[in-house]
Order: sequence, then C-alpha cells, then structure tokens
Amino acid sequence: MFWTNTKRVIRSGFINFWRNGFVSLASVMVMTVTLFVVGSLFFNNVLLDASLSELRDKVDVNVYFNTDASEEEVLSLKDQLESFPEVSNVEYISREQALENFKERHKDDILTLQALEELSENPLSAVLNVKTKEPSQYESIANFLSDKKASGEDGGAAIDEVNYLQNKTAIDRLTNIIESSKVSNFAKTAILVIISIVVVFNTVRLSIYISREEISVMRLVGASNRYIRGPFVIVGVLYGVIAGIISIIIFYPLTYWFGPLFYPLPLFLTDSVGKLTLFEYYINNFGEIFLIVVGSGVVLGAISSWLAVRRYLKI
Amino acid sequence: MGGLCLRRKLKATFMIYFDNVSKIYDDNSIALQDVSFSIEPNEFVSIVGHSGAGKTTLIKMMLAEQRPTAGQVFFESVDVHNLRRQEILDIRRRIGTIFQDFRLLPHLTAFENIAFAMEAAGRSDEDIEADVPHVLDLVDLGDKMWNFPHELSGGEKQRIAIARAIVNQPDIIIADEPTGNLDPINTYEIIQILKKINDLGTTVILTTHNKGVIDSLKRRVMTIEKGKIIRDDKEGKYML
Repeated sequence: MFWTNTKRVIRSGFINFWRNGFVSLASVMVMTVTLFVVGSLFFNNVLLDASLSELRDKVDVNVYFNTDASEEEVLSLKDQLESFPEVSNVEYISREQALENFKERHKDDILTLQALEELSENPLSAVLNVKTKEPSQYESIANFLSDKKASGEDGGAAIDEVNYLQNKTAIDRLTNIIESSKVSNFAKTAILVIISIVVVFNTVRLSIYISREEISVMRLVGASNRYIRGPFVIVGVLYGVIAGIISIIIFYPLTYWFGPLFYPLPLFLTDSVGKLTLFEYYINNFGEIFLIVVGSGVVLGAISSWLAVRRYLKI
Repeated sequence: MGGLCLRRKLKATFMIYFDNVSKIYDDNSIALQDVSFSIEPNEFVSIVGHSGAGKTTLIKMMLAEQRPTAGQVFFESVDVHNLRRQEILDIRRRIGTIFQDFRLLPHLTAFENIAFAMEAAGRSDEDIEADVPHVLDLVDLGDKMWNFPHELSGGEKQRIAIARAIVNQPDIIIADEPTGNLDPINTYEIIQILKKINDLGTTVILTTHNKGVIDSLKRRVMTIEKGKIIRDDKEGKYML
C-alpha cells in the first residue's frame, strides 16, 4: 500500500503541476530568478576567492643571505621554514639564479649590465621567498627569522636581511582588505539567500493559498495529511528542478559572453589545470554547480510547500 | 458504568446523537443552544432554518470540523470530539458530504474527482477502475467521465459530487443545501437521487431552504431557529 500511495502522490503532483499551468509557470519564473541569484552568488564567491588568492600570491617575505653564506645554511633554514604549518611555500633562489634573473630583468639596460660585468664576483646573495597561507601569518614568520638572525644559530648568522618591515604596511592593508572582503561577501550572501528563501516561500505559499478550498475538500473526504501534502511537495520539487535547470542553462551563454571580462582568472582553489576563463570553470565544474543550484531549488521548493500546506491541515 | 450503558445504547440505536450541545463563537454570538436530538440508521432527515440559524454549525460538528462549547456529539457510540486525528479521518470516510458549491477539485476530471475520494480511503486501483464508472452510471454521467468541472453544468457538477459522496458506500450522506445553485429540474433530479440512496439503506441528512423539496419529501423535518430546535416532525413540512 505504501508504494501504491507513493505512486499516487507523485502522479497527483505531476497532474497538479501540469494542469495548474499558469500558477506553475509564474512560480517557476520567480524561482528561476531566485536560483539565478543563488548561482550568481556561487560564481561571485569563486571570483572573489580567485582574486584574493591572486592578491595573496603577490605577497611574500624575502630572506636575503650574506654573500658568503653556504648553500647548506640556506637549505637548513629552508627546511626549518617548511616545517611551519602556516607556511605554504618556500622558494630557494641561489646566488647564480639570482644573477640570471637580474640579467634577464635588465636585458635592455646596457649600462647596468656593463656595470655588472666590471664587478669581479657575483654581488647578489641567495634568497628565500617565503609564502604563508594567510597574510596575517607573515608577522610570526618574520619574528622567527629575526630571532634566528639575532641568535645566529641554525643558519641564523647567514641571514643578511628580512624585508618584512618594508612590506608590513602593504601586508597589513592587504590582510584588512581580504578580511573585510570575506566579511562583506558573507553578509551579502547571507542577505541574498534570506531574501531568496522568503521570496520562494511566499511564492509557493501563494500558489497553495489558491488551493486552500481544494485542501478543505481533501480533508472532508478523509484524506490523510501525507496524502494531501505529498502532491504539493512534489509540485514544489518540480518548481525547484525546472527553475534550477533554466538557471543553469542561462549561465551557459552568460559565462561564455561575460567570462572573458575576468580572464585570466587563476582558480587555484578549484582547478589544477592552470588559468581558466569563467566559462571553462563553469564547464569543468558543471556537476557541482548543477547540484548547488538545482539542489537549492529542490530543497527550497519542498520545504516551502511542506510549511505552507501545514496551516491548512488543521482538522 | 452509566457512560458504558449509554454508549451501548447509542451504538445499537442511533447513527448520530447530539447531547445538550451548545456552541458560542469567539465574538460571543450563539450558534447553538442546548441542542439534543438523535438520527437513526436509514433515516432521511431534513434540517430547515433561516440563514444563520445554526444549520451549518450543526453539520460542521457532525464532521468534527468544529468543537462544541458544551455537550457531546456522537457518531454511533463514539464522541467525535474526543478522537485522535486518524480516528476523525476514519469517521469522515464513513460520511459522504455534498455542498451547495459542489467543491469539486477543478483540475481533476469527473473520474479523477471520484477516484480521489477512493484513493484517500485506501482503495485499490482495481476497485477504482471498477467502481468509478459504476457510480457515474448511477448518476447518469457515464459519458462525462473525462470532463473537467468547468465543462459541466451546475446539475452535472452536483451529480459528480453525489457520486463522490457515495462511492465509498458511506453510512451517512450529509447534503448541505445541495440544490441551492440549481434550477427546478436539476433540483428535482438531485432529490430523487438522494431518495434512491436513502432507499438503498444510507442515512441522509439534508439542509435546505427549498419549501417545495421539503414538502414533497414527506420525511422527518427538524426546524432550527436562533440555535434551537423548535420543531421536529416525523413527516414534516416547511414551517418558517
């Protein structure tokens, strides 16, 4: 009997959806707008994360070594730095590599290159580029390096200079920007999600309000709550699925046309392929985006219907 | 002990029993005052009264849609306002209801409207396939099975509503002003159908304003005024 009833509830839901065409169309349109907002929030968060990642990536702390520092001393310090959980990457640039880089950077500056040729030995020192996971973590790394330099132990004597203090203002400002962006984005997302829920709930409630007389008839013929409520929940789910699919389809041309505006977009967080356009991101992560948008629609539609019918079920 | 005896007596004798029932609404308007009466199985009872006299309140109490302020309403031996939700649904499945405004589900065909009542009662698909065409034939609408309510006349809609009410073979049919929106010919036909249902053993409770209907029925008539039953005649007439 359970399966017979379930089958009847699902069939009733489809019939209600199809035969109340105008109400269904209006509800799907409102829900499409809402789910489009949900999808846009998702893309907005991806863009923000990518942008913040790129900003974070531009910041590092450089440790300059004395020119007479041995490679063992530098690599020993590198190992120590890499053991910190907050450190994401330490890049070693040897004296030779530093010289090559310098020449490459100044290949059009003949005077500088001539001056370099006149020097009897390589004037550049080895460097460690240290990157942390969060900009706010640079200070503790810089303190560690300063202590190391002051004590002169474990390769600390080889350190010539740590450029944290010169970069501190920029790093602090960047930290503030990242934190405030995160907070404001969270607030914006929360507000838009709440508005979306309210809009969907009221739309579904209105469509069920239109059917309140029908619900009273169902009650009078002795239909159980499950039997009355089921088809409305199915209709809510159908609103969500169809509106979700329409939203997803709308994103296809939008990301294709407007995606290049954001190119190149380094999406380190989600893709290891390299730099992607927003459209490529959409295609590569289609399953996840589909689940988020359509899933939100299904959950919103089902819960809204469930709650909206409840008030008409009192015996 | 006394309560148990009363219930046994009720089960044996009465289909519906109102025991000193009063209803006062939140705005202090009195809908019913100390109403007591009983309806026996297979009776055809008409309830007449002006608008606002208390007829609809009476019917809503039989269906457990409204709770009395004082007194008890029994369906057989059961106090309907002392039941759990599921038990109320079970009682409602034993009562067929017909309304002035038909109350058909607008997006379902005639067949589906009747099938819905059967599905709600947990009947099988085979029963539905067999019984719905049968009851539609009984109300002479076998050829309108797949029509939607908006494609039917008022009389046809009411006959669909009657078919829906009788399809689960209820113990009682409650018809609340079933002819209020119908012309004389349709009114006559609907009343004939209700009489036929009663002749087949179903208790019928009818509320109406139609003097001609009441006078032609020659059955029991209860007259209600200002929440009180002022007449209860075995073969009554419309006396308002």
